Amino acid sequence: MMEALDIFASAGLWAAVLRIATPLIFGTLGALICERSGVLNLGIEGIMTFGAMIGWMTVYHGGGLWAGIAVAALSGAMFGLLHAAMTVPLGLSQHVTGLGITLFASSLSYYIFRLSIPVSGSPPTIVPFQPIAIPGLSDIPFLGEALFSQTAPTYLAILLAVVAAIALARTPLGLAVRIVGENPHAAEAQGIDPIRLRIGAVVVGSALMAVGGAFLTLSAFNSFFPTMVQGRGWVCIALVVFASWKPARALLGALLFALFDAYQLRLSHVVGKAIPYQLFLMIPYLMSILALLVMARRARVPQALMQPFRRGER
Amino acid sequence: MIRLDRRAHVSLAARIGAPIAAVIVALALAGILIALAGAPVLEAYRRMLIGAFGSRLSITETLTRTAPLILTGLAAAVAFRARLWNIGAEGQFLVGALAAAALGSQHGLHLPAPLLIPALMLGGAVAGALLLLGPLMLRLRFGVDEVVTTLLLNFVALLFVSMMIEGVLKDPLAFGWPQSVPVVGDALLPKLLPRSRLHIGLLVAVGLALLVALVQARTVFGMESRAAGLNPAAARFAGIGLTRILVLVACLSGGLAGLAGAIEVMGVKGYVTTDLSPGFGYTGIVVAMLAALDPIGVVFAALFVATMFVGADSMSRALGVPSFIADVIVALSLLAMLVALSLANYRIRR
Repeated sequence: MMEALDIFASAGLWAAVLRIATPLIFGTLGALICERSGVLNLGIEGIMTFGAMIGWMTVYHGGGLWAGIAVAALSGAMFGLLHAAMTVPLGLSQHVTGLGITLFASSLSYYIFRLSIPVSGSPPTIVPFQPIAIPGLSDIPFLGEALFSQTAPTYLAILLAVVAAIALARTPLGLAVRIVGENPHAAEAQGIDPIRLRIGAVVVGSALMAVGGAFLTLSAFNSFFPTMVQGRGWVCIALVVFASWKPARALLGALLFALFDAYQLRLSHVVGKAIPYQLFLMIPYLMSILALLVMARRARVPQALMQPFRRGER
Repeated sequence: MIRLDRRAHVSLAARIGAPIAAVIVALALAGILIALAGAPVLEAYRRMLIGAFGSRLSITETLTRTAPLILTGLAAAVAFRARLWNIGAEGQFLVGALAAAALGSQHGLHLPAPLLIPALMLGGAVAGALLLLGPLMLRLRFGVDEVVTTLLLNFVALLFVSMMIEGVLKDPLAFGWPQSVPVVGDALLPKLLPRSRLHIGLLVAVGLALLVALVQARTVFGMESRAAGLNPAAARFAGIGLTRILVLVACLSGGLAGLAGAIEVMGVKGYVTTDLSPGFGYTGIVVAMLAALDPIGVVFAALFVATMFVGADSMSRALGVPSFIADVIVALSLLAMLVALSLANYRIRR
């Protein structure tokens, strides 16, 4: 019993929390931006997979790590554009289109990967992002190791959550996105073009999703393998609801979720074989469902979420 | 200015033409990827056709692949028609397979073959239905969107299967491989053709497609489930018990997916592994959409998807194009189909 509690006293746990949370922060912010404008993007799982693949591939073929991130973001934006083109002007089912994007983006990832990397026993690797020690802060005992020895994209993710929170709440663009997600007809009356704004939001949000995927291959791990995203995209969709569509809460939700994930991993080592390891691995998914259950009635859903906007039609 | 007007009625020609156009577009786009792999595109497609239909063996393999896809396609079609977003057919397939393996093993039910096979099918269907009733309850009681819960449960189901086949259901004779105990001989489905893997599961699947078509066209339940999908508010106003309809639809949808898993165990493998399904559940969504949610159309859409998968395997061996091209074609057909359907539903007016 004491051992189960001792886990919380290890700096390694808290360092892992930030690491595990990073792709979720990117993905959840991406999904949140799409949904605040009124578009559900279930392409997230596939877009994260493609970002993981293309980011890794860029670095493997000699590109820099930040180039990998940039290429991933660009690819995410392209898939976002496809999703937006089908769901916004054409008004197609956001559910089915999103699932189609996920199937397309993930199968294309596997195809391109298999085409350029021949089958081998051990997957090829790259040199990933290294932890940045922040001068002064990293030397603080415990806290330094736990919080201030992360790789650059992790700091970027946290910064981005703050920026997104301020941008959504305090800037004219953020206000426009929110109006379009609540009442596109009112937005149009204000001189905002709901179609353009939604397309823009989905493109930006999808780029962030792909960066979240790229973090997996460029920082958390150093290689790409199929199915590595493991439902993280769906977890992000659940976290958006948990966060009640607010960026700051999304950051909190991702960290809380990562804490459970990091803890279950260490707990399963402490417990050993007495309890099957699969039960521990189920925890993140069950936690996501629980998060949905707790927040379902309380969350403030954008009123025009999943409602296509047609000019002159109500 | 260009305007889109909704058509009052979509003609049969448009309903048949849309999927054909979608498939052609998908094949053309995938052709670019095949060319990128340095392979001749038309030759690749010719090899895919030969791989799927070129011999007695390949035809029976394609049809063996079609059976589970018909069932998961029906699972998605009946649910989507009632606007129940069941994206969990993958998980329902797996628990259905596990239930059939557990009940059909030496330590399971002891029944003569004519009773055992239907009992195991029912067991698989019940397991699949139960896995969908959970998310439906969460939606009806707490307003939780079932899309995300059914998606997340796919991963839980896979881990559960993994736990069982490394635990109580582990086959001690499998040299340490994680696979379940095999089902008894009486539980194996009779073959349709000798010296092939093709089993009577295909007849069950086609029969159920006809039955679902009949139920949807001719019964009150069929009409009510359609009304529940088209306009829930109006349906409620007309006195249709939405909860009851959705529960029945969930039992049918989850049951069909679970049955697909049971049939795959009893007809093909004889036991469960975690890679029993190469994405049958997710692909079922594509099958349903290609068929425009029509149960008879599902049979043909499933045959098309099975052709792609079986054909791509053999083309890949011959030309070195990664067999993932089949997944790309299937995904592209879904996206193209969505666009084609909307074009068939609207006409452009200047």
